[in-house]
Amino acid sequence: MNASRVLATAARVLRQLRHDPRTIALMLLVPVLMITLLRYVFDGSPGTFDSVGASLLGIFPLITMFLVTSIATLRERTSGTLERLLAMPLGKADLIAGYALAFGLLAVVQSALATATALWLLDLTVTGSPWLLLLVALLDALLGTALGLFVSAFAASEFQAVQFMPAVIFPQLLLCGLFTPRDTMQPALEALSDALPMSYAVDGMNQVLRHTDMTADFVRDALVVAGCALLVLVLGAATLRRRTP
Amino acid sequence: MVNIIGHAIEAHALSAVRGRRTVLRDLGFTVPRGQVTGLLGPSGCGKSTLMRAVVGTQAQVTGTLTVLGRPAGDASLRARIGYVTQAPSVYDDLTVRQNLDYFAAVLLPGRHRRDTRAEAVTRTLTDVDLTSHADALAGNLSGGQRSRVSLAVALLGTPELLVLDEPTVGLDPVLRRYLWDLFHRLADERGVTLLVSSHVMDEAERCHRLLLMRAGELLADDTPEALRRRNDTPTVEGAFLRLVDAATAADAADTLQETRR
Repeated sequence: MNASRVLATAARVLRQLRHDPRTIALMLLVPVLMITLLRYVFDGSPGTFDSVGASLLGIFPLITMFLVTSIATLRERTSGTLERLLAMPLGKADLIAGYALAFGLLAVVQSALATATALWLLDLTVTGSPWLLLLVALLDALLGTALGLFVSAFAASEFQAVQFMPAVIFPQLLLCGLFTPRDTMQPALEALSDALPMSYAVDGMNQVLRHTDMTADFVRDALVVAGCALLVLVLGAATLRRRTP
Repeated sequence: MVNIIGHAIEAHALSAVRGRRTVLRDLGFTVPRGQVTGLLGPSGCGKSTLMRAVVGTQAQVTGTLTVLGRPAGDASLRARIGYVTQAPSVYDDLTVRQNLDYFAAVLLPGRHRRDTRAEAVTRTLTDVDLTSHADALAGNLSGGQRSRVSLAVALLGTPELLVLDEPTVGLDPVLRRYLWDLFHRLADERGVTLLVSSHVMDEAERCHRLLLMRAGELLADDTPEALRRRNDTPTVEGAFLRLVDAATAADAADTLQETRR
């Protein structure tokens, strides 16, 4: 891996986004608006807002980064720029790390905005440190980037890429414990939810919500999400082929 | 072993399969260094596949293919070959200069080479005559301008071998003449080897050597003069048509023989 090639790639991805201010605005503002909406949906039960709101702060970056990365990499594949880059002395890891870095930065801004709004304007009550919330949000964003990169290899068009969102994200959303505690699910589903990374993202957020200190469970959750993100990034790298049929 | 005087590309028994179709069939040829070699043939005859094999992006290639003294696809070749695909492969949501800056950073990474990069970007912008459009978004350019941006990217790293897949298709005659002058300038002044595909036969006359292809096979590997003389025609187009007709007739005779058996 070459640091200056990684940085150049990240700068290029951010430059591309800068020519598209509407996408940036949507990425940054939609989570803020949704968390505000949620606050008033649960106007009568602030306790529910606390737990659902904290979970959503972890889920937003995952979903946005998944969508943005899958489309961006798909465009890279179909426009021929990927073939061109791989015919140049660019390592696959350089490209992937560049993407992860660019979208990771964006995710930090997005999560900071949404978390700050929730904590200070909407009175989301969190026992633990808001920095830990931000950390989980960042790990979730990396996981979203990794998943998006991976599924883009199986999509031949933007239509297909968007359809992977419900296919990959929705089952995790239903099983992650957002709607009902995971231990009250049908046992088979509970076992399945144990194997899905979003469950750990939401669980990590809830740990911060309830405990002042960094608990052992929180550390486990963060490690699982980070591990999954790395694993999927490696799988994603394997889908980038220098020689294609 | 690197042979400076030897050939830029050497192929023996080169075949390529895409899906179940054999796209290249047992090709053997050489491409001399420092010259413009034209790769000609009708659409779908395997020109692009052959070029991708040379660049090392084509899967399922068999036989020997040596490029600049190394096996095709060797990692050390990636910085020495410039490749332009048929469809312009640039970022539409970046300006021309931002596109070149990025690819330059991939080819010549590191802070200490910042000046070299800036020089390369300025030089290639001049080469393809796009200096006045440097700050325009690539997506807002005309088709011909976008393909020149794509060409400029290939020129950035001062490659020893340029593989250009139909670089002049759909361009106006003035621009085509400009680009062919550029190709010859690159060969004469910088010693670059060029492999240029085309299906426009009048461009063939401007090449030092020609590879004529049909249905995945080589029909001829010669200079334009020799082709014209041997086939007794005033143009390369005439020579090509004569060779294609002969090959088609031979195919038909083969099929007929097989049906009789």
